[in-house]
Amino acid sequence: MCIIVKAQEAEATESEENIIMKLMGYKRENGRYGVRNHLLIIPASVCSSETAVNIAKLVDGAIAIPHQHGCCEIGDDFDTTKRTLVGFGKNPNVGAALVVGLGCEGIQAKEIADEIKTTGKPVEYIVIQEEGGTAKTIAKGVEIAGKMAREISKQNKVEFDISEIILGLECGGSDPTSGLASNPSIGVASDMLVSMGGSSILSETTEVIGAEHLLYPRFEDENEGKKFLEMVKRVENRSIAAGHDLREGQPTPGNKAGGLTTIEEKSLGCMHKAGHSPFKGTLEYAEELPTNKKGLYFMDTPGQDIDSITGMVAGGAQVIVFSTGRGTPTGSPIAPVIKITGNSSTYNNMIDNIDINAGKIITEGVKLQDLGQELFDKIVDVCNGEMPKAEALGHREFGIFRTGFTY
Amino acid sequence: MQSALHIDEKDNLVTCLRDIKKGETLNIEGKDYIANADIPVFHKMAIADIKKGENCMKYGQIIGTATVDIHTGDYVHVHNCESTRGRGDRK
Repeated sequence: MCIIVKAQEAEATESEENIIMKLMGYKRENGRYGVRNHLLIIPASVCSSETAVNIAKLVDGAIAIPHQHGCCEIGDDFDTTKRTLVGFGKNPNVGAALVVGLGCEGIQAKEIADEIKTTGKPVEYIVIQEEGGTAKTIAKGVEIAGKMAREISKQNKVEFDISEIILGLECGGSDPTSGLASNPSIGVASDMLVSMGGSSILSETTEVIGAEHLLYPRFEDENEGKKFLEMVKRVENRSIAAGHDLREGQPTPGNKAGGLTTIEEKSLGCMHKAGHSPFKGTLEYAEELPTNKKGLYFMDTPGQDIDSITGMVAGGAQVIVFSTGRGTPTGSPIAPVIKITGNSSTYNNMIDNIDINAGKIITEGVKLQDLGQELFDKIVDVCNGEMPKAEALGHREFGIFRTGFTY
Repeated sequence: MQSALHIDEKDNLVTCLRDIKKGETLNIEGKDYIANADIPVFHKMAIADIKKGENCMKYGQIIGTATVDIHTGDYVHVHNCESTRGRGDRK
C-alpha cells in the first residue's frame, strides 16, 4: 500500500539515494496528519466518565476515555492529568472532540476544550451541572457528537510524508527474548523511520535503570542528556524514599517466570527498542513532541504499559509498536498498537493478539535486519489503515500516570 | 540450533535457548559445561564461578550481584542473584 518514490531534489548525489515514503492519512488544521479519524469523548473527571461513556455508546465510531482522575489532585499530578487529556484531544488521530465535565471538578471541561481548540479541529464541551443532569447531558452530547461524526466522515485521506509519523515504542510482559529478538527488531524499524525524517519515542523510565550509562552518550544535547539521567534518578529515588525495594514491583512475577532476574537485565533488553539513532531530547510524561525538531526522543513514563502508551499518545504518537515476551492483549483508544514477540511459543499461544513473530530470529535464524524490515512494512500498512490485532479486537486501554495522592 | 547464547565475551552467564536437564553437557563456543540443575528455556546458567558479592554479567553489562557463591553450571536467577538498584529496603 505504500508509495515509494525516489527523491527528485537534485541537491547532491546523496539526496538521490534518499527514499521518500508516502502514506495516506487525514490532514489536520495545524498541519499534522492522523492515521485514524476518531471522534473522541473526553470526560474532564471521574465524575463525568460514565456520562461520556453513555454518549459514545449512542454515536457510531465515537470513543470515550473514562478515567478515575481530574479532581482533588494538586501540583505536578494535576498538571499531568490535564496534559494527558488535552494531549489525547490534540493527537492528530482525533478528528473532533467533545469534552464532558461535571462542573465542580478541578480540571474544567472548558479549559481542556480551549487547549484542544488551538489545533483548529472541531471541539465542544458540555457540563452536567449546567445541562441539568445525566439525561439532558447525554441528549445534548449525542446531538453534538452525532453532528461531529457526520462532519468528520466527509474527510478524505490525503498523501503525506512518513516523516510526519511519531512512533511510540513500548514493551510489556517482557521475557529474555524481548532483549534478544523483538526489541532489537523494533530498534531496526525505529532507526529506519528516523532515517526517513520521522520520530520515535523511547519510554518507561523504570526500565532504563541499569542501562542509562549506555543511552546517555547518545544525547546530542548535553543538557538534555543530564535531564535524562535526572529522570532515571527521580524514579529510582521514589522507590528508595518510600523505603521499598523496587523488586516488589519490578521485574514483575511474569518477567521472573520468563527468566528475567533483575531490573538491570530487563532494562538492558528494553533499551534495544531505541535502535542506534541519536536522541534529540527528553519529554515529560504526555509532553508534546516538537514537530520542528523531529527524531528520537525519551519520554519519562512508568514501566506499566497502559500508562506509558497513554503518555506517548498524548505526546502526539499516531502509532505504537509493542514487544512482549509473555504475551499481552492491550491497545490504545486512538492509536493502533502493533504487537511483536521474540518468543515463538508465546506467538503461537496468543496468536489472536500478536501481529509479528520475531521468535523466528531465535528458532529459524531469520536475520534481525529482515525482521526489522517486516515490522517496518507492518507499521506502514497499519498507518495506511490496516487494523493490527489489538485494534481489531477493540482493545482501548487508557490509564493516566499518577505522581501524587488524591486529596 | 545452539543450546545457549553467550552474548558478550565479558559475560559470566549464558541464556539457554531450550529447556536444559540437570547433568546435561552444553557445548558453548567449543567448551563443555555440565548443568548443575534443570534450567528452563531462556533462563540463565553460569559459565564461570561467581563469588558472593561479585557481578553477574549479561550483554557485557552488570545485571546484578551474586547473593551466594555461584559455581560454573549453576542455574542463575532470583535465588542467587539480586538487583542493586532502587533498594529502599536497604536504607
